Order: sequence, then structure tokens, then C-alpha cells
Amino acid sequence: MNGRRAMHIRFHRRDVLRLLGASSLGAAALPLFAQEPKLPKLVTVSGAITEVVYLLGAEGQLVGTDTTSLYPAAARATPKVGYMRQLSAEGLLSLKPDAIIATNESGPSVVLDQVRSAGVKVEIIEADHSWGEVQRKVQAVGRAAAREAQARELQAKLDAEWAQVQQRVAAFKGRKPRVLFVLSHSASPQVSGEKTAAHAVIGFAGGINALGGFQGYRPMTAEAMASAAPDIILTSTQGIEAHGGVDRFWQRPELALTPAFRKRSLITQDALLLLGFGPRTPASIADLHEKFATALA
Amino acid sequence: MSQRFSARAVLGGSALLLVAAIVLGAVSGAYAISLSQLWNVLTTLGQGADKSPEHLVFLNIRLPRLLLGVAAGAGLGMAGTLMQGLFRNPLADPGLVGISSGAALAAGVTIVLGASLWPSLPRTLGSWTLVLMAFGGGLCVTLLIYGLSRSEGGTRMALMLLAGIAVNALAGAGLGFLSVMATDEQLRSLQFWLLGSLGGARWSAVLLVAAAVLAACVAARSLAAPLNAIALGEAQAALLGVDVERIKRRAVVVTAVAVGAVTATTGIIGFIGLIAPHWVRMVAGPDHRVVLPASALLGAALVLCADTVARTAMAPAELPLGVLTAFIGVPMFLWMLRRFRGRI
Repeated sequence: MNGRRAMHIRFHRRDVLRLLGASSLGAAALPLFAQEPKLPKLVTVSGAITEVVYLLGAEGQLVGTDTTSLYPAAARATPKVGYMRQLSAEGLLSLKPDAIIATNESGPSVVLDQVRSAGVKVEIIEADHSWGEVQRKVQAVGRAAAREAQARELQAKLDAEWAQVQQRVAAFKGRKPRVLFVLSHSASPQVSGEKTAAHAVIGFAGGINALGGFQGYRPMTAEAMASAAPDIILTSTQGIEAHGGVDRFWQRPELALTPAFRKRSLITQDALLLLGFGPRTPASIADLHEKFATALA
Repeated sequence: MSQRFSARAVLGGSALLLVAAIVLGAVSGAYAISLSQLWNVLTTLGQGADKSPEHLVFLNIRLPRLLLGVAAGAGLGMAGTLMQGLFRNPLADPGLVGISSGAALAAGVTIVLGASLWPSLPRTLGSWTLVLMAFGGGLCVTLLIYGLSRSEGGTRMALMLLAGIAVNALAGAGLGFLSVMATDEQLRSLQFWLLGSLGGARWSAVLLVAAAVLAACVAARSLAAPLNAIALGEAQAALLGVDVERIKRRAVVVTAVAVGAVTATTGIIGFIGLIAPHWVRMVAGPDHRVVLPASALLGAALVLCADTVARTAMAPAELPLGVLTAFIGVPMFLWMLRRFRGRI
């Protein structure tokens, strides 16, 4: 009851801010608000959402981030609320945010309910590994940070970048490479099936996921990896480092049987850049597409 | 060796410890609430006055969590005493007869396969799904093991122990299989559930667990004297006029209700059920009329202390409670073992 009442009050205040920002003062006057100490304070739970905050120039409003928020480097120095799936209600509230922006992969949900009941606005963005996810992240941060005009500008810029990348991928006439994404390099490597960020990314960059028929990440036997016949192995820079470098990677016996092995086609990208679905996704996809094309040439 | 303390001293001491743990837990947390603010919150309770953020944080988050900690610790401490008394084995622990692993397996199935096996289930039961499934799982495994260990009209404790170990192994394999099936997201939920946490304390859940633990504790009171007789051996207890079978049955049910309810809400919190009764016995001797209530009080105090560290050590992030109960409880336990080794 009381929690709900407090939330209404906050809504009103934010609505007033939004009206002021949008109508009477206009976008040009928004820098005035930057000096205004009453701008809503934010906690972001997801690396890509944190990136949006920095791009909108709202880092001054950022009071906390989760452990996946590693970019830009300044985000590493913000107070950390823990791993995105193990948030603490009191921990979040101790930072006294006005809003928490997270994806639906964050939790536990009870904790988010508790935070809501204490009167803090919680914005949940559905992570469906689509371009829409990126757009929703930009819009949600714009709304929560009371920087909607900047958010619209950023989204227009990103949409243009994305359209350009998609055109380039669509115009490519060569064969689509079969790409295998390896998440971790333990005894049985964890590989990505359907409905994963990696699956979506491979498709956007003009490749085909070499593995289908299952969802999520699974450990894979050596023989199944060989029979998937990938042209290219895709993995995160962090994963390769943890495995002891590229040379160690190619020594894995199951890889010797794949088409990728003959040309040593290994593509690595920073994990957050590759799978984060944030403002750097167009650049990441463009880079992947280019590397796909060179690998097959 | 130092002398044993009187029953009154032990009970009073553990009650004092619990009160201290509650006060410590109430004033510490990631969200800074000063003593005067806390006083203000407590004195204006129920007045419907303007609710400050401190009010909301304390009443909606910290207080239910404290109460859940008390209920969980008391339930686990009491259940541990019952199991050790019943099996006449100092290693016994509610986890041993499969209650925890049954609950864990049911929770795992719900987390990983729930959406595909019974798509309508979460809709009908809402956020209670996991709690009810885990509780049911714990109860089912307990009944199964109890059934397996019956022979020629009696319950053979050695059979029960072996059946419990076997079922634990099976549940472990089941959880391993589920972790292969699970998506990354489900795997994380499963992992955090297995490490235990009081973070999910909602008033509705807290009241349910508290009611179950309270009922179990009341029922356990009448078991104390018969368990003292059983400590002499089952045959001797029967000669003393104790209906051993009835006592065993009741002790198993009481344990299953308390541990099932606690585990279903908090996940697996290890070591409390093992450590609390031993600790009490070392200073108070083996009389169950003292050990049962004192273990409940001490278990509650231990869980609260561990949870206070879990909430504050890495704030604003949180540590898993199960990790802390082991880190805090086990070294203390080892020290006690050395100090009082003559009394085990």
C-alpha cells in the first residue's frame, strides 16, 4: 500500500520533469537540467544498458552498476551491486536510486518486487536478442534518466548505423559460412544452440549457426563438434585467454577434423561487445561480417 | 574439563545470543538505518504515519528477512537435534535422510523443466510454485525412505541411513543431469538455490515458514523425554514404556515439515542442523529437554549472524548464505571439538 503510494509520487515528479523537458523548455534547454541536482539517479543491471547511460551523458546520475558493466572503463569504478542474477534488495536501495534499469535476465524476481515495493521504479527490458532490444534499452534509459531527447537522437544514429550494416550483409553474394560459437573451453566445450545471443549474432552477420536442434548453451562431445563441420569458430577474447591462447586452442583434437582447422579460422571478440546487444552492436556485427567474408575467401 | 552448565544457564545464554543476533541484524545492512531512525520506525509502527524510506526498507525488506532467519535457523537446529537423537548418531543431519536433497531435486525440476512439463502450473500457483514443489519433494523423499526402512513391523535405523545416502546420491545425479539440460539462466537460478539465501523473504512466505517451524517445535517438545530413553537403546526404551515406532514416525514427520518448509523458501543452508546441537551438547550435556530448545535458539542465532555478514560484507552485492554458514560454523565447530573432545 504505502510502497505503491510512494511510487505514484515519484511517477508524478518524473512526469513533471518530462513535461518541462519536452514542451516548455525544449531540447535546447536540456543542458540546464544537467546542472539540476534533482535529475533521477540510476542503477543499471546489464553491461549494454550501462553503455547507453554513458552515451547519453548521464554517467553523473549513475549510482551503481552490476558486474557485467565493464565498458567504458569508467563503469568499472562504479559501486557494484553484484552479478545480475543475484541482486540484493537492501544493496540496491542503499544506493538510493530513483530507477533501476535491468533486462528480464536479471533477478531474483522477489528482490526486484521488494525494491518496487520500497518505491523505486524498476524498468525491465526484454532480452530477445533482436535490434528491438537495443532500441528498448536506449528508450528505457532515456525515460528513466529524463533525457528522452538525447535518447531519440542516439536511437536515430544507431538505427542508421544498423540499417547500413544490414544492407552490407544483405548485399553479400558469397556462401554463408557455418559458424560454431564456443562459450567456454572446458573438457566438453559449451556451444550455443538456438535462442541464444550468439545464434542471433551469427545470423545478423550473415552466417549460419553450425549447430541447431537444441536451445541454449550445451556441452558438446568432440564427435558432434566434428560432425557440425564449422567453417569458422567464434569465441570470446576472454574465453581464448582463459584457455591459454590461440595455439593451445587449435591443439584440441576434435578441431582437427573441422573445415575451420584447415584455415585456422578463429574469430574472437570481446564478450560484452559480441553478446551484449547494446549501442556497439552495429560495429560488432560489421566487424564479424567482414571477418566471415575474409575467412571464406 | 570445565563443568557442565545448568539447563537454565544454557537456555538463558542461547536466548541472549539470539536477542543479540537479532539486534545486530536489525541495525546493520547495506541501507544505512541509524539507531534513532530504527527507534522511530519501531515506535510509530501501526500508526499509518508518513512512511520514510527507512520505514519501507526496514518493514518490507529487513524485518521479514530477520524473521525468516530466525525461523530457518530454529527449524534446522531443532531438526538436527531430532535426527541425531533418533539415529543415535552424531553425524546425522536433516540432509542425511534426503529431505534437503528431495527438496533440491524438486526445485531443480521446477526451475529447469517446469515451464515445459506443466506450462499451466506457474500460472495457477504463481511465485508459490517453487516453494510448494520443493516442500512436496522433501516430504515425498522422506516418506519414501521411511517406507524403505521398515521391516518386520519395525523401522531399522541403519536401513534408513543407507536409503538416505542412496537417495541423496540419486538426487545429486538428477541435479547434475538438470544442470546439463538447463539454460544459462536456469543454471544460475539453480546454483543460487543450492547455496541458500534469505534474500527472497516476503511476508507471506515468512509467515508460512514461521508457522510451520513453530508447529514443528511445539510437536517436538513431547519428543524430548522419549528421545532421552531411546538414547539408551531402542530395546531399553521399549522396556521403559516408550512406543519407539510412534516416536520415530513423529520425529521424521516433524523434521520433514520443519526442514521442508525452510528449505523450500531459502534453498539449502548447510551445517546449522549439524553444528547447533553439538555445540549445545558440549556445554549442556545430552538431555534432549535442554538440547532441543537450546539448539533451536542457537541455530537461529547462527543463521542470523551468517546472514548479517552475507548482507554487509560485499554490500551493495550479497554473498550466498550457505557459503557463510560453512565458513563461520565449521571453524567454530572444529575449535569446539578440540576444546571439548572428551564429551562427544
